[in-house]
Amino acid sequence: MTSAETTTYVLRGARPLGGDPVDLVLADGVVARVLPAGAAPADDATVVVDATGLVALPGLVDLHTHLREPGREDAETITSGTRAAAAGGFTAVHAMANTTPVADTAGVVEQVWRIGRDAGWVDVHPVGAVSVGLAGAQLAELGAMADSAARVRVFSDDGKCVADPILMRRALEYVKAFDGVVAQHAQEPRLTEGAQMNEGVVSAELGLAGWPAVAEEAIIARDVLLAEHVGSRLHVCHLSTAGSVEIVRWAKARGIDVTAEVTPHHLVLTDDLARGYDPTFKVNPPLRTAADVEAVRAGLADGTIDIVATDHAPHTREDKDCEWAAAAFGMTGLETALSVVQDTMVDTGRITWADVARVLSAAPARIGRIETGPSAQGRPLAEGEPANVTLVDPAARRVVDGAEQVTGSDNTPFQGRELPGRVVATFLRGRATVLDGEPVDPAEVGA
Amino acid sequence: MRHLLSTQELTRTEAIRILDTSAQMAATQSREIKKLPTLRGRTVVNLFYEDSTRTRISFETAAKRLSADVINFSAKGSSVSKGESLKDTALTLQAMGADAVVVRHQASGAPHLLAHAGWLDAAVVNAGDGTHQHPTQALLDAYTLRRHLSGTGLEGPAGSRPDDAAALGADLAGRHVAIVGDVLHSRVARSNVHLLHTLGAHVTLVSPPTLLPVGVGSWPCAVSYDLDGTLAGHGHHGGVDAVMMLRVQRERMSGSGTGGGAFFPNPLEYARKYGLDARRLRLLDEHAIVMHPGPMNRGLEISAQAADSSRAVIVEQVANGVAVRMAVLYLLLAGTEDTRTATDTTIERATTS
Repeated sequence: MTSAETTTYVLRGARPLGGDPVDLVLADGVVARVLPAGAAPADDATVVVDATGLVALPGLVDLHTHLREPGREDAETITSGTRAAAAGGFTAVHAMANTTPVADTAGVVEQVWRIGRDAGWVDVHPVGAVSVGLAGAQLAELGAMADSAARVRVFSDDGKCVADPILMRRALEYVKAFDGVVAQHAQEPRLTEGAQMNEGVVSAELGLAGWPAVAEEAIIARDVLLAEHVGSRLHVCHLSTAGSVEIVRWAKARGIDVTAEVTPHHLVLTDDLARGYDPTFKVNPPLRTAADVEAVRAGLADGTIDIVATDHAPHTREDKDCEWAAAAFGMTGLETALSVVQDTMVDTGRITWADVARVLSAAPARIGRIETGPSAQGRPLAEGEPANVTLVDPAARRVVDGAEQVTGSDNTPFQGRELPGRVVATFLRGRATVLDGEPVDPAEVGA
Repeated sequence: MRHLLSTQELTRTEAIRILDTSAQMAATQSREIKKLPTLRGRTVVNLFYEDSTRTRISFETAAKRLSADVINFSAKGSSVSKGESLKDTALTLQAMGADAVVVRHQASGAPHLLAHAGWLDAAVVNAGDGTHQHPTQALLDAYTLRRHLSGTGLEGPAGSRPDDAAALGADLAGRHVAIVGDVLHSRVARSNVHLLHTLGAHVTLVSPPTLLPVGVGSWPCAVSYDLDGTLAGHGHHGGVDAVMMLRVQRERMSGSGTGGGAFFPNPLEYARKYGLDARRLRLLDEHAIVMHPGPMNRGLEISAQAADSSRAVIVEQVANGVAVRMAVLYLLLAGTEDTRTATDTTIERATTS
């Protein structure tokens, strides 16, 4: 126990899930009291945070983060990535497996988990690879990863699709033994050889090889049927097309145990942005059309899409400052996710702050099976619950500047854009990781 | 005009200005002394990431005939193959004081990046990027079309009476051009569709469905899967005034290239359905001309009879390419400066001497 963890915080006048103002008292790692606004006593040992006008959310949980360590520490480290996560209001992230070496053994996932724990910014839950080396040929040691200290429950070859139907079937069946889930990067590989951007009017004009919507939809359709057949749980990563929303809607109506995520960038950006050949906008799955953007917003609003996950994908400048075809896929997202959701979904009246808490905290925690236990995430803001809290100022507006972000890379697609909302404070089990909008180094606080 | 990256950016006025300047340049090329002093002291870099002897020597000839210093920079590979990055190459050319960079690159958009990334002050000329654009090819095609489809060019047998006087200042309003072949991978087709449309021509793309891009429906042209019907004038735009055959890359047949799988069953079937042979040649109106950007696959997209017929203006396209590229370099490097009057005088003198 560090001294920071025993500090008592009074979040004065905060609005839980956008509701009426209350005082939230955080002590001993939990939400100790929820009192009428102004009623919480403050003494010398108490730090009072003026939360007037701020929305309080349960700490955000990202099911899809690329922390790049081990292997590409030049783009991001576990420390820099989790610090960026805290700055974005997150208290837990799931670290994708496509590192070097691949997170396909108990050894690698435990290493990532330990470094994340020692860094102390957020809970790091490693995602295990489905196949050895992401090669799509042989199942990785899923059981060993599940039994490791990292307690892996989410398995994904993200970046690559588990394209072989029999391997996908086996993975879906196998993870039932430890209540795991296979998170599929849905991309039919033969339909997307050399693909550079969404296939459509813009790709035809720009002469960039197309990534057709059907390549995503065909895999999702296959996988929901496989999940139904073997009675397992499927999670669809970064769904991006109107057709995919329709398929997931159909599968849920049929009772299939499927969940789906959408990224912030697919909620707002379209393939028109490729016209300047700026690889900042090169991402996989690609930015789609305005009709697709509308469909994923509708899917998120009606619950077809369960969660928003960042697919935070930091890249070095040299991997983006080049020809489109030579550039890496991906964009950062941890520090803009909440603002984009507010901009596209809350400020437009399509969902409430309570829904934001669901799609960015409770639901991803439940999918990742981290909603219970000693490090439970995605819990309600109620007395006795873990003090994982994010305070956001919904009235603030800011212009995004990649150079000022906390992440180790500056490939944000929102450079120069004005977005609403600012994370003012983040608490991880009662300890402030962000205060006054600035990260609070856990090492310094704990000293 | 600061750069020439895409025909989509050209207005009708700009396009006609380039074509008219090309005519002036072409007139100088029938003289014994072909060299003009216009770009003396200027440096043109040919930056070629793809092998293309034809296009490179055409640009090189054009620049030299204008007295520019020409540097050929053959950059094999790119940042993809871990060579020098495009950015560092651009910074190098900037440091060396290049006035114009003519770039051929396998990546669509590479010239756009050179022009707009802030690495380079030089004028950038796109000499073909990936499957995107090849604007000087479209301009030389338009120039060729204009000579043969204006004034007396429309009278009598095809190709017999090009009319430069009638062509000057003219567009291609109402003319119908069929572009036949691998549209999906063709920067020539993309460039031509937009430029011909800007110049008022009707365009019909004729191709097997596998070689048309998804999204082609938004292009300003008609699309047909039926070459015989189009050549016979049964298509949306009626009879054709010109038929432009596109080269079919060998890897499209085997499926060895990217994109996965062969695009048509075999060369024989392709030639049977989409090749221009002697029989199809006879479907054309008397004045209609035959074009090909080269290099040709004789026996595949075009038969020897068609390639060598009197309708074929394929060799003339090559000659016109030099004149068009002279015009483009001239307009980019000297067109807006005070030297223009002197240059015009030079051209005039060369024309009339």
